[in-house]
Amino acid sequence: MSLDLQTVRRVASLARLHLQEGEDQRLQAELNGILGWIEQLQAVDTSEVEPLSGAGGTSAPLREDIVNDGGKAEAVLANAPDRAGAFFAVPKVVE
Amino acid sequence: MNPTDFTIRGALEALSEGIVTSEALTQAHLDAIAALNPRLNAYVTVTAEKALEAARASDKRRADGVAGKLEGIPLAIKDLFCTAGTRTTAASRILGDFVPPYESTVTANLLRDGAVFLGKVNLDEFAMGSSNATSAFGEVENPWKRGNDDGVRLVPGGSSGGSAAAVAARLAMGATATDTGGSIRQPAAFCGIAGIKPTYGRCSRWGVVAFASSLDTPGPVARSVEDCALLLESMSGHDPKDSTSANLPVPDFAAACARGVKGLRIGVPREYRLEGMPEEIEALWQQGLDWLRAEGAEIIDISLPHTKYALPTYYIVAPAEASSNLARYDGVRFGLRENGEDLKDLYQRTRAAGFGDEVKRRIMIGTYVLSAGYYDAYYLKAQKVRALIKRDFDQAFAGVDAIVTPATPSAAFAAGEKQDDPIAMYLNDVFTVTANLAGIPGMTVPAGYDRQGLPLGLQVLGRAFDEETVFAVSSVIESAANLTKMPQVRAFA
Repeated sequence: MSLDLQTVRRVASLARLHLQEGEDQRLQAELNGILGWIEQLQAVDTSEVEPLSGAGGTSAPLREDIVNDGGKAEAVLANAPDRAGAFFAVPKVVE
Repeated sequence: MNPTDFTIRGALEALSEGIVTSEALTQAHLDAIAALNPRLNAYVTVTAEKALEAARASDKRRADGVAGKLEGIPLAIKDLFCTAGTRTTAASRILGDFVPPYESTVTANLLRDGAVFLGKVNLDEFAMGSSNATSAFGEVENPWKRGNDDGVRLVPGGSSGGSAAAVAARLAMGATATDTGGSIRQPAAFCGIAGIKPTYGRCSRWGVVAFASSLDTPGPVARSVEDCALLLESMSGHDPKDSTSANLPVPDFAAACARGVKGLRIGVPREYRLEGMPEEIEALWQQGLDWLRAEGAEIIDISLPHTKYALPTYYIVAPAEASSNLARYDGVRFGLRENGEDLKDLYQRTRAAGFGDEVKRRIMIGTYVLSAGYYDAYYLKAQKVRALIKRDFDQAFAGVDAIVTPATPSAAFAAGEKQDDPIAMYLNDVFTVTANLAGIPGMTVPAGYDRQGLPLGLQVLGRAFDEETVFAVSSVIESAANLTKMPQVRAFA
């Protein structure tokens, strides 16, 4: 499978990365190099294998569904690039 | 003796005997940093005043008879660990001047035990790299020089390049680091120090900037195996804030260093014998096995048949998880913001300006392999091969207690080499990445030098949650090797 330019641009859009002039072509070449190398996995017979998603234990621990933290608006907002009162501020999203 | 030459164990004894104070040790390290960091670039943030204040508080605790297990020991912290009130960058522009309001669990554990933090050390951006060249704060210089001193700057390895260079050059007694595909073990090998990636789940990931969550493993680097054991014991432990943190008691790792290897079965995987590997690495590997045999271990040939698929598997799994983890950097809640025409444009311009080339490359690969139509062919396939790699280890550990391999396929290379070829760079992790996929512990122990006088390491792998055997085997290699050379660029040299 090799990526065409249109796919590179679509993936960049999905990843929310603005591409500079010519960056799509450079990425196309680099990604195709890496994907070509990854292709060797297709040679492995995995027909009888269950996928492994993590290296830790298989069951996630459960905890009581209780409020154990909160009331830290100032700490949460302390690193915000822009804020309005107790809210994060962003460009207008509805007309 | 220079105060920066102490091992952690030695410094703890000197502190308890009143020969030195933490303030004096800390000041000596800060002086060394001031003298050498402009050249080495190991630290991105030095917290001199905080460090001296912490050292004086530590000396007071010791005088009051309440010394912790690492009381007064000056350490460097990889700038991937959130430190309350101290800028944390992940060596990326996108985090801007992010100042965490909280402390990571691992660094909180070290503080609880009395450690003193000198500052935050450099790394590859978001821990993605093997030479520290992708840092937004510039490259780190390896304190070792080739024997003929040809003036060539060598890389310290990565991603924990600042941690390894700082410890080797004696700008810290030890450092925290993280290992997602080899980021503790490869820089430790390149800088001639010890480093352990513990079992996944041994150290909490809470407060560590996430790269690939199913692989990321915090661990220590230090100048001796026992020092690593002392640090790991402090860093480890169950943390309810990390759902993958293991609820198991933390063993006395330092005691395990003295166990010896009599009667242990040591596996030697034939798949780690690479074509074109330098002869001296092959020779060092044999030497290591001979040392273990002489101490009573039995050497057994084993097979890990899916080894060659580990790197391509990693370069699907890690970018996939990274693309998901790094979605949070959107210019809204913290970090850098580049304004745009609308919200999507703001996201895109912020991320384009904030991430470096290697991070973008991995986000693109990850987004692609997770996208509709490609998920099964790439991501699901990689998860299945990952299961086979883990099964290889499970079967091997039925017959052996530990596995010994080279740590890296070469000694440290020159700055600028391999930069234009991502896959050549990725191959640095060919011996280390398997342990991350399987979740098992792996340690680099310095074992010798190449013909140019550069350090080479061996890697010891163990069963999940059996770091004790890893420490025992590593200690035997360390004492048999009995290395005495120090890097040319170091404090008070």
